[in-house]
Amino acid sequence: MFAAENGLRGDPRLQAISEAIRVVPHFPKPGIMFQDITTLLLDPKAFKDTVDIFVDRYRDMGISVVAGVEARGFMFGPPIALAIGAKFVPLRKPRKLPGEVISEAYVLEYGTDCLEMHVGAVQPGERSLIIDDLVATGGTLSAAIRLLERVGAEVVECACVVGLPEAKGQRRLNGTPLYILVEPREIEHCY
Amino acid sequence: MASEDCQDARIARIAAAIRVIPNFPKPGIMFQDITTLLLDTRAFRDTIDLFVERYKDRDISVVAGIEARGFIFGPPVALAIGAKFVPLRKPNKLPGEVISEEYSLEYGKDKMEMHVGAVQAGERALVIDDLIATGGTLCAAISLLERVGVHVVECACVIELPELKGRERLEDKPLFVLVDAA
Repeated sequence: MFAAENGLRGDPRLQAISEAIRVVPHFPKPGIMFQDITTLLLDPKAFKDTVDIFVDRYRDMGISVVAGVEARGFMFGPPIALAIGAKFVPLRKPRKLPGEVISEAYVLEYGTDCLEMHVGAVQPGERSLIIDDLVATGGTLSAAIRLLERVGAEVVECACVVGLPEAKGQRRLNGTPLYILVEPREIEHCY
Repeated sequence: MASEDCQDARIARIAAAIRVIPNFPKPGIMFQDITTLLLDTRAFRDTIDLFVERYKDRDISVVAGIEARGFIFGPPVALAIGAKFVPLRKPNKLPGEVISEEYSLEYGKDKMEMHVGAVQAGERALVIDDLIATGGTLCAAISLLERVGVHVVECACVIELPELKGRERLEDKPLFVLVDAA
C-alpha cells in the first residue's frame, strides 16, 4: 500500500521525496526508466524525512530486526534500525557474508540469483521489517521474506521508498504487507 | 585512535562485538566481520555516536561511503551531522554519468565510481568504510573526491589492520579508527 493511502495523503514530505528521486532513462537497458535514489541521499532534509516516516510507522510495532537488501537497502535500513532500537541484518549476494549462511534463490528476467543471510543473526519468534529502496516484481523481497520465515521470524512488513507499476495494487507479497512511500514520477524530458 | 577514558567502555564493547572468521575469503586471512556489531544495538549505536561526536562541528557537508559496508555506517553519520551521503560504487552500478578511479588489488585491478554532480568543488568530505587494510580503496575514494575539488577532511573506519600499513599509504590524509585488529 502507498503511504498516501495510509494516513499520509497530502503530506508535503512525500512530494519532496518523490521530486528528489532522479529518473534515468534506459538504464540498465533500453526501455527501463531507472529510479535513482542517490539524488534523494544528496538532500539531507528529504533523506531524513524518508527515514522519519518509516521510523514513525514502525517504532511501536515491537520490531527487533531490520533486514536490508544489498546494496541500496543498506542505506535506508540502518538509520531505521538505530532509531527503533532494532538489530540490522544485511541480506547479501552470494559469497559476501563470511560466516555460515542460509541461501534463497529467486528468479530474474533471465536466470536466477541468490540472497544470503548469516545463520544465527535472527532468532525464531523475532518480529522483522525488510527494507529495500524499490520494489518492482517483488522477486527479491519474496526471497528475503522466505529467508526470514525459514528461521522462524515473523515478517511484519516490507518497506520500500519507491514502488514500480508492477507493484501497484499489491498490498501484500506472499501474504506479507507491503508499504511504499512514492510512485515513480512521470518525466517530461530525458537526461 | 579513539581511546580517551570516557570512550574506553564503548570501544571495548564495539571491539568485542566484531567477529573474526578465519580463512575467509581464502586461507590465511582472518576476516573482521562487522555484521555481529550490527546485531548489538548498543554497540552499533555507540559506533555511530563516536563518529558523530568527532565530526558534527567540523563543517562537513559530504559523507562518502564505500560499497558495500560503507553504506551501513555512512548514512547514519550523514543524517546525524546534516550532510549529504554519496555512495562510491563498483563499476556499472550507478545509473547516471560517473567519474571513475582505477585502483590495484592484490591480483589485478578494480574501479570505483561516483556520480557526476553529487559533490561540488570546495565541499568538505568525510570518507567512511568498515575497515582499512592496505588503504588502496580509501586512496581511490580520496582521489575521486579531490579530482572534483572536494577537500577530504578525514577517512573514518571502524577497524584498522595495522600490519598492512594502510595509514602510511594515506600519507598526509588523516585517518580515524575505532578499533585495531592487531
